[in-house]
Amino acid sequence: MDLLTKFIDTYPVFLKGMLLTFQLTIVAVFIAIFIGLFFAFLKISKMKVLEWIADIYIFLVRGTPLVVQIFIFYFGLTALDISQFWSVVLGLAFHNGAYIAEIFRGSIQSIDKGQMEAGRSLGMTAGLAMRRIILPQAFRRAMPPLGNQFIIALKDSSLASFIGMYELFNVATTYGSNEYDYMSYLLIVAVYYLVLVLIFSILVNMVEKRMASSD
Amino acid sequence: MSESYMIKVEKLNKSFGDLHVLKDINITVKESDVVCLIGASGSGKSTLLRCLNFLELKDSGNIIFEGEKVEKETHDLNKVREKVGMVFQHFHLFPHMTVLENVMEAPLHVKRQPKDQVKKDAQELLKKVGLSDKENVYPSKLSGGQKQRVAIARALAMKPDIMLFDEPTSALDPELVGEVLSTMKELALEGMTMVVVTHEMGFAREVADWAVYMHDGRIVEVGHPEDLFNSPREQRTKNFLDSVL
Repeated sequence: MDLLTKFIDTYPVFLKGMLLTFQLTIVAVFIAIFIGLFFAFLKISKMKVLEWIADIYIFLVRGTPLVVQIFIFYFGLTALDISQFWSVVLGLAFHNGAYIAEIFRGSIQSIDKGQMEAGRSLGMTAGLAMRRIILPQAFRRAMPPLGNQFIIALKDSSLASFIGMYELFNVATTYGSNEYDYMSYLLIVAVYYLVLVLIFSILVNMVEKRMASSD
Repeated sequence: MSESYMIKVEKLNKSFGDLHVLKDINITVKESDVVCLIGASGSGKSTLLRCLNFLELKDSGNIIFEGEKVEKETHDLNKVREKVGMVFQHFHLFPHMTVLENVMEAPLHVKRQPKDQVKKDAQELLKKVGLSDKENVYPSKLSGGQKQRVAIARALAMKPDIMLFDEPTSALDPELVGEVLSTMKELALEGMTMVVVTHEMGFAREVADWAVYMHDGRIVEVGHPEDLFNSPREQRTKNFLDSVL
C-alpha cells in the first residue's frame, strides 16, 4: 500500500509533468508532420539534388542518437535565445520528421499510379491531383505507422529530462533521488506513460476508423 | 473549328527506351466518328490512345486537336485534357469519394464551376448511366460494370469533345460487359466522338464507323468494321481475326 500512498501524494506534480510530456509530444509531432511531408516530396521529386538533400537529412537523423540531437538543439538554440521548451520540441520534430518522411514517401508511392492518371486525364495539374486525389488516400494509409511513430515520440520525449525539462521522467527521478526510492517512482511513472500511450492509441484508432469510412 | 476533323495524328512515333512502340502512325478522327482500335496486346493501341490525351508524350510527329497543333512547349496540356475524356480498363475511380463526389470532382476543382450547378449536372449524368440510386455509395461497394459506368459519367462531367476508352470492358466479368457497352452505344448515338481500344468485335461491328487494326506499332489496315472483319485485305489482319473471332 506504500506505493499507492506515494502515488496519491505525488499525483499533482506528476500530472504537471504529464501535461508537459503531452505538450512536448503534440507540438513536436505536429511540426514533424510538416517536416516529414516536405522531405517526402523531395524524395519523390525525381530531381537528384532534392533527393540527395532528403537522403542526407534522413542519414543524419538515423545515424546519431536522439539524445545527442536533443543536446545539440538545446545548446545550439538556447544560445539564440530560444526557450528550453522550443529547443526540445524542435529537436524532437527534427528527429521524428525523418521517420515520418519515410512513412509518407512509402504511403504516397503505394497509391496506384492510375489514380494520378485519372486525375490528370480530367484536366487536373499534377499538384491538384496530388492534393485532391493522392494525399487523402496516402494519409489514410499512413495512419497506422504514423500512430506508431506518435507513440515512439511520446516515449522519446523522456529524454528531455536530460536537459532539465520537468516532464514525467524527470519528476520520477527527482522524487526517486529525494526519497532514496527510485523503484517506487519508476513504477509510478511507468503507469503514467501507459495511460498516455493508451489515450494516444485510442485517438489514433478513432481517426483511423473515421478515415476508413469509405472502405 | 476550321476543319471537320476532331483529331489528326501525323507520323507519330513513340519509344519506351529501346522499344519502338508507335511507328509513323497516321490517323484522322472526324467529329462524331466512332473508331475502334483493335490488335494484339503489345501492338501499341493503348499507347496510341494515351498519346491522344498526352498521358504519354510523343517522340516525334504531330497531334492536331480541333485544328491546333498541340505541343507541350506551347500548349497547356491540362487545358487540352479537359476536352478529352478518358475511361480506363481498371476504372480508377477515386476510392475516398462517393460516386457523386467522383463525378463532381473535376468540374468543381478544375473548372471551378458553382457547386449547385455541378451537383445537378452530376446527378443528371448518373441518371443517364443508370446509377442514380448509388449517388452516396463509395466505389468499393459497386460491381465492375457499375464502376465503369461511374467512370464514364465522371469523364462526361467535363463535357469533353472526344472520349477515349482504353479496353473499357476487359477487366469485367462477362455478365457485366453488356451494361457498359450499351452505355457506350448510347453515347455514340448521341454523336459523341469516340476512340475505343477494344476486343469486343461485336461492339466494333455494331457501333464503330471504322476500325483500325494495329500490329507491332503500325497501322496495318483501316476500314469499315464490316469490310475489315469479313474481308481483310492483309494477311496479318486475317490471322488476328481468325484468332479472336
